[in-house]
Amino acid sequence: MIRLEKRPQPSQRWSMATPLVAVLATMLFGGLLFGVLGTNPLLAIETIFWEPLFGEFSFYYRPQLLVKGAPLVLIAIGLSLGFRAGIWNIGAEGQYIIGALTGAAVGLAFYPVEAWYIFPLMVIAGALGGWAWAMIPAFLKVRFGTNEILVSLMLVYVAEQFLASMSLGLLKNPEGFGFPGSRNLQQYESAHNADLIANSGMHWGVVAALIAVIFAYVLLNRHMLGFQIRLTGEAPRAARFAGVRPARLILLCLGISGALAGLAGLFEVSGPAGQVSIDFNVGYGFTAIIVAFLGRLHPVGILLAGGLMALTYIGGEIAQGQLGLPAAAIQVFQGMLLFFLLALDLLTNYRVAWRKPEVA
Amino acid sequence: MDLSAINPVLLIASLMVAATPLLLAAIGELVVEKAGVLNLGVEGMMITGAISGFAISVETGSPWLGFLAAAVGGAVLSLLFVVLTQLALANQVASGLSLTLFGLGLSSLMGQSYVGIKPPQMADVHIPVLSDLPVLGPILFSHDPMLYLGVGIIAAVWALLKFTRVGLILRAVGENHDAAHALGYKVVRIRVLAILFGGACAGLGGAYISLIRVPQWTEGMTAGVGWIALALVVFASWKPWRVLLGAYLFGGVTVVQLNLQAAGVAIPVEYLAMSPYLVTILVLVILSADKSSAPASLGRIFHASH
Amino acid sequence: MKLTSLLASAAMVLGLATGAVAQDKTKVGFVYVGPVGDGGWTYEHNQGRLAVEAEFGDKVETVYVENVAEGPDSERVMTQMALNGADLIFTTSFGYMDPTINVAKKFPNVKFEHATGYKTAPNVSVYSARFYEGRAVQGTIAGMMTKSNVIGYIGSYPIPEVIRGINSAYIHAKKVNPDVQFKIVWAFTWFDPAKEADAAKVLIEQGADVILQHTDSTAPQAAAKNAGNVITFGQASDMGEYAPMPRVSSIIDNWAPYYIERTRAVMDGTWETSNRWDGIGKGMVKIGEISSAVPEDVKAKALEVKEAIASGAYHPFTGPLNKQDGSAWLAEGDVADDGTLAGMNFFVEGIDGEIPQ
Repeated sequence: MIRLEKRPQPSQRWSMATPLVAVLATMLFGGLLFGVLGTNPLLAIETIFWEPLFGEFSFYYRPQLLVKGAPLVLIAIGLSLGFRAGIWNIGAEGQYIIGALTGAAVGLAFYPVEAWYIFPLMVIAGALGGWAWAMIPAFLKVRFGTNEILVSLMLVYVAEQFLASMSLGLLKNPEGFGFPGSRNLQQYESAHNADLIANSGMHWGVVAALIAVIFAYVLLNRHMLGFQIRLTGEAPRAARFAGVRPARLILLCLGISGALAGLAGLFEVSGPAGQVSIDFNVGYGFTAIIVAFLGRLHPVGILLAGGLMALTYIGGEIAQGQLGLPAAAIQVFQGMLLFFLLALDLLTNYRVAWRKPEVA
Repeated sequence: MDLSAINPVLLIASLMVAATPLLLAAIGELVVEKAGVLNLGVEGMMITGAISGFAISVETGSPWLGFLAAAVGGAVLSLLFVVLTQLALANQVASGLSLTLFGLGLSSLMGQSYVGIKPPQMADVHIPVLSDLPVLGPILFSHDPMLYLGVGIIAAVWALLKFTRVGLILRAVGENHDAAHALGYKVVRIRVLAILFGGACAGLGGAYISLIRVPQWTEGMTAGVGWIALALVVFASWKPWRVLLGAYLFGGVTVVQLNLQAAGVAIPVEYLAMSPYLVTILVLVILSADKSSAPASLGRIFHASH
Repeated sequence: MKLTSLLASAAMVLGLATGAVAQDKTKVGFVYVGPVGDGGWTYEHNQGRLAVEAEFGDKVETVYVENVAEGPDSERVMTQMALNGADLIFTTSFGYMDPTINVAKKFPNVKFEHATGYKTAPNVSVYSARFYEGRAVQGTIAGMMTKSNVIGYIGSYPIPEVIRGINSAYIHAKKVNPDVQFKIVWAFTWFDPAKEADAAKVLIEQGADVILQHTDSTAPQAAAKNAGNVITFGQASDMGEYAPMPRVSSIIDNWAPYYIERTRAVMDGTWETSNRWDGIGKGMVKIGEISSAVPEDVKAKALEVKEAIASGAYHPFTGPLNKQDGSAWLAEGDVADDGTLAGMNFFVEGIDGEIPQ
């Protein structure tokens, strides 16, 4: 009979090996799926995992991995702090939207002035916008005890309507012939979050994501707040005895995650996306939740998980374009990858043992 | 502005229809959460149910078989969640989100040959005399059978949780799985059954959209109802009848805002479109006086060794 | 300038931007905003792609990527297609406008075709369909067939495309029925069939017996069918499964002729940048069969309008027309210029309600 025995300590070896095993298992089952759909499985797998990194056009795709991965990592880092403390911000997507709106609004307000201080102001506005949006569930939870999952999720839909309204009204490009969408910030130098080195994909959002990873790592390992966060998540009662004030922790965790999501939105709208439009948000805020957990809420893990997600997105698009695979097949493939990563994580914390059934 | 154009009787009748998918999915999730499991994959199970139900009812010509298939489809998908969270002890939040991603992809693969087809219709019930009553007839006695089934499931879950031993065990497992285990209850088995029930209900909710409310198959057609259903469970403080109330409230605000638009009320449309979500938050704040909280073991991983 | 980027030069060195020279098959790429299974906008573009394949057989290779979000994702997908040797790329959503221009700068030898936008370049054409011509036909049928004189209209977002359709339908309904009144509901979503169903039901409950929709699902058709004496029109695709009642006719997006023509131009080397806005006359907008539920005289009148528009004898926006606030817009006999139509952001006189801003 197979039994699971909890390891006294998580296995270092398995925690390294499980992601690899998971990717291999996904390749196997994903390959089967692609085969059923009439595509050469080996070719499909190669296209998804190899092409973006080492293929003919990797000079283009590698920077794109940064562009795609940065917002995921930035948001996920913020979320992971709250998740560790049992504070569930599910509404990062909304904070991302609002950060983009407030940041872009500041930039557009200055148009067409060119000045060095515009972009820093936009960054501050973006962070504040996301922070403020996250403060709504935080405040309601602290003051009335409402559930932050529900409120933050509802606020995503409110933010989406707000985004549409802004794209059609206040922030609409006055020279856009009545079409929805703001001016393109890529064409407004002072507000443009351009690549720091041309075609490297390294825009300020990528830098911010890397800083956030380091910041979170230091916070969690060296700082009192990090200790309080971990303690609250692992032993809420003990945390109270240790003098952790839950209200303060809620405000801080939601605030930080909101600000980081807002930043991600600002860097996206002023850089790769360029403009505020009805469909500006593409689900980074939700995907980041998965990234946070795939990275086991650990800053370095999140960095790797964000990169892996970005790889499957970009590789998936290439597979669609080159091999004619439907988008749905790529989605299923991504789902499989997540399943295997999650399921095999078991081996890190548990040992599988074969034992005779105990005699009753 | 012409508010007299709004017919309250028809409004109530249509909000009941609008609320039913939400209600079905939410009552399933309620049972899951009562057992201490948080499954964020409702959207994925709904859309899988939507296509399973659609495909089977088109192939067989029977909406009833379609709904049966939807329940089975939703439950089968939730089996993946079972494997992940109950056998592999994976994190429930991440597993649920992945389940949604997987379900959305899987459903579009399944549905590729069902675009642009009209499914067989399920006739509304018509009870002589009762259905013809003024006001009460259209509101209470002239809907499709699934709507009544939804209300029936709510009542059944309520009765189950409140009066039966099974309900007691379910709640015990959700409140403190270690204690329940110590008392000899099969924690994992009970949770697996709850998750399957949740999947089946979500599947029914999805099929209600693809077979009755719309009725049509298009990719991603559940358009976020699964997320609202999740929110609804929290909103309802894990009480079955409040799920009904919440679903009607949410469906109601949506239908009312459309009604106000059509009547030409001079409130900016985008704020009307936000209103269902804002009202939900508002009501939540008002209800916050009620301190009944989540099942204590919600989202926690259970392993018998400790 | 950064435009002479590493990317472009690298692509040039590899000789890939000039893929057409290297291979004999013409490669045509399509970037879709929705899934090909949406049964509406993207579905019809994909039908156009299939028509290109059917027309040219072995001489053409088509590729597509669906569900491509606007912004950086679309830019990457277009670049990917260009890098892989596409000769012609159709980008089929308004939000792809700036990304298309960006990518086109990097690949001067690849031709781009952007749907529904207004920015062109030496290697970027724009194309769109005059759906409002179809709305004129719908408006005529709607105005003549309504008994309650209330016509419901479901809009997605208040963008010029939708507003133009409402105006055109209203003008022509009013022309045949002076008592007609429009009730407009904005769904504020591109895609939510359940919400469309609710919107249709609400309009019907408030007395509308004709439903016009600028959303792509068949949900309003089903709602109308349940209600009984309500008529609807197919949108984007024919929705013939709901004929003869409630669907009495339809506007069909028919991209096939244009896609075939432009692909042929690339093959022949005659492709030039252009700004095409075709309607019923060129077959880009098709009017689906007018069903047997429509009385003969109504059908005759609708066909008359259709023919007049198709031949160019009549323009749906012909003066005298005033704006909603009563100010003069078009004098007697004047027709609207394309610039005003393209960016239309006002209702014509007689329509109740404000455009959400």
